[in-house]
Amino acid sequence: MTVADVFARCATDNRGALVGYLPAGYPTVDDSVDLMNAMVEGGCDLIEVGIPYSDPVMDGPTIQAAAETALRNGVRLRDLFTVVERIAAAGGSAVVMTYFNPVLRYGVDAFARDLASAGGLGVITPDLIPDEADEWLAASQTHGLDRIFLVAPSSTEERIASTVAACTGFVYATSIMGVTGARDSVADVAPEIVARTRPHTSLPIGVGLGVRSAEQAEQVASFADAVIVGSAFVTAATDGGTDGVRALAADLAGGVRRAGARTPA
Amino acid sequence: MSATPGVKPSDGVANRSGHDPDERGHFGRYGGRFVPEALVAALDELSAAYEKARHDDEFLGELDRLHRDYTGRPSPLTDAPKLGEHAGGARILLKREDLNHTGSHKINNVLGQALLTKRMGKKRVIAETGAGQHGVATATACALLDLECIVYMGEVDTARQALNVARMRLLGATVIPVKTGSRTLKDAINEALRDWVTNVDSTHYLLGTVAGPHPFPVMVRDFHRVIGMEAREQVLERTGGLPDAVAACVGGGSNAIGIFHAFIDDPSVRLIGFEPGGDGVETGRHGATLAEGSPGALHGAMSYLLQDEDGQTSESYSISAGLDYPGVGPEHALLKDVGRAEYQPVTDAEAMEAFSLLSRTEGIIPAIESAHAVAGAIRLGRELGPDATILVNLSGRGDKDVDTAAKWFGMIAEDESAEDADGTAIADGGRA
Repeated sequence: MTVADVFARCATDNRGALVGYLPAGYPTVDDSVDLMNAMVEGGCDLIEVGIPYSDPVMDGPTIQAAAETALRNGVRLRDLFTVVERIAAAGGSAVVMTYFNPVLRYGVDAFARDLASAGGLGVITPDLIPDEADEWLAASQTHGLDRIFLVAPSSTEERIASTVAACTGFVYATSIMGVTGARDSVADVAPEIVARTRPHTSLPIGVGLGVRSAEQAEQVASFADAVIVGSAFVTAATDGGTDGVRALAADLAGGVRRAGARTPA
Repeated sequence: MSATPGVKPSDGVANRSGHDPDERGHFGRYGGRFVPEALVAALDELSAAYEKARHDDEFLGELDRLHRDYTGRPSPLTDAPKLGEHAGGARILLKREDLNHTGSHKINNVLGQALLTKRMGKKRVIAETGAGQHGVATATACALLDLECIVYMGEVDTARQALNVARMRLLGATVIPVKTGSRTLKDAINEALRDWVTNVDSTHYLLGTVAGPHPFPVMVRDFHRVIGMEAREQVLERTGGLPDAVAACVGGGSNAIGIFHAFIDDPSVRLIGFEPGGDGVETGRHGATLAEGSPGALHGAMSYLLQDEDGQTSESYSISAGLDYPGVGPEHALLKDVGRAEYQPVTDAEAMEAFSLLSRTEGIIPAIESAHAVAGAIRLGRELGPDATILVNLSGRGDKDVDTAAKWFGMIAEDESAEDADGTAIADGGRA
């Protein structure tokens, strides 16, 4: 399985992909595996496994608090590989979302090697831009991992072009200017950043930041290839455990299916 | 006596140094931009605005005028002979950044960036602060230049620097206590970065030190180069030669880089940064990033940082809120690696002894941050002997630290400092 296979399978189903995020080790390592497997059962096509980090500048209060809890409960970087392995063993597909310093500290090549051998498919890097990514570009190439960089509403055409050229798997478009966190509406800039990115790449484009309801998922899936949901899953895990995340995944998956296949631009 | 006739504050901005980063902000392997893509456009805009301003006589003239008439530059150089007696008889010269308006070197950078903010057409400024020196300086510049000012400050620091919180509010700034993580400077920077990602169109992040993503390390350094440029001329004029060593405290490293820079090409001059040793580096409770840390990426740049084996940032500790930071500017990381500068820890106890000594011998109460440099100079003087000349960057004054110092020295009881036991504010003169 590769990220491309995940998107191809969704395409044959005439729909976009649902990507769900939770931090590894939240609230404990074992619990986080159960929660992520429940997300797969509920209908997530791809799991985004977060690495809890001490200084998450792209994250709002919900994910910050979850990362703090996971770290306080003793999660270690090596646990990430266990979590990914167990998701893959249960038939799920997983990419990792991480700030770059834990990867630097582990060793960029060693991290790529160990993630690939655990069955991980790629890495989303919210604070690494391709300009600084030489070592990661080489390591991801060597170990066959997809590298998912972000584009933002503030990105210039030139930067969108150079960023997507460095991406494999899919492109992560941030729907708003801001940090993670569930919002009531997805801003008008989301369709715009997707439309501006589309001419520069044939890769699928996922939209994240702020999505929490089936209605929003349906709306986003009408113009993007993947709907990425994070904080809402953290809240569901906190409030409702595995049943909570399974139900939210099913609800969001319903929204994505209602949107059907994306209308070609 | 002429006061640094040849040096203008804008010289460090207008004239390139021979020690600039590459065009993407790399000092060797350090620096660069480890930031969300959402911030890149704003950093590019800032780089372009700064580059344009550097060649603009109107900008440079305005900076010079403000530093002369408002900051009070040039800052004097003070001989400290009685302190020198405690430092092996060495001659100690103090560069008096504590006499600047707002009480520290921070104003040098703040006025420059505030003027740039106006030129970029932005009306809202955010800043982080530890001890409150940068926050006060930013609030001051925003009051002067009609900019909205929001200062993020760790909740631990708002408590230990309550007077500066009041100062910022008096100046019209909004102070937001940060309650996440270690609730100190590191977390204030995280919160400011989150604000910036959200409001980048309207807002300039007026970063207070030589850390962060490019162009901050080079730009903030340039605004502070005036410290070393003035001091170099003043020392030459006063002593007829160069100093043997230059001492400065290092948290993020802005005052140190500002004074070091004028001496980098003088191989006979030792450059020594004194980091917060807290309870002693062996206890793990310290902020000696260069002496004890390792390379990594934090707050937008590759540099040294204090981290655990998983790359999680370690909590730093220092009695000095302004030095209590687990990162450091990338140019210092390079200066350390190439051996041009040395970095040594100074403990809380050593810093406070120097704080007391300078107060009693010379009648100058230093900021606790700067007391680390004074302690370092005493150590150096004892090592180098009576023929040595040591230039110390006295980066800030100690008014803000009187409460902390009075507790340290047992001059007032812990619970007496701000409020009495009933929570009633103590009036002038204390208890009846």
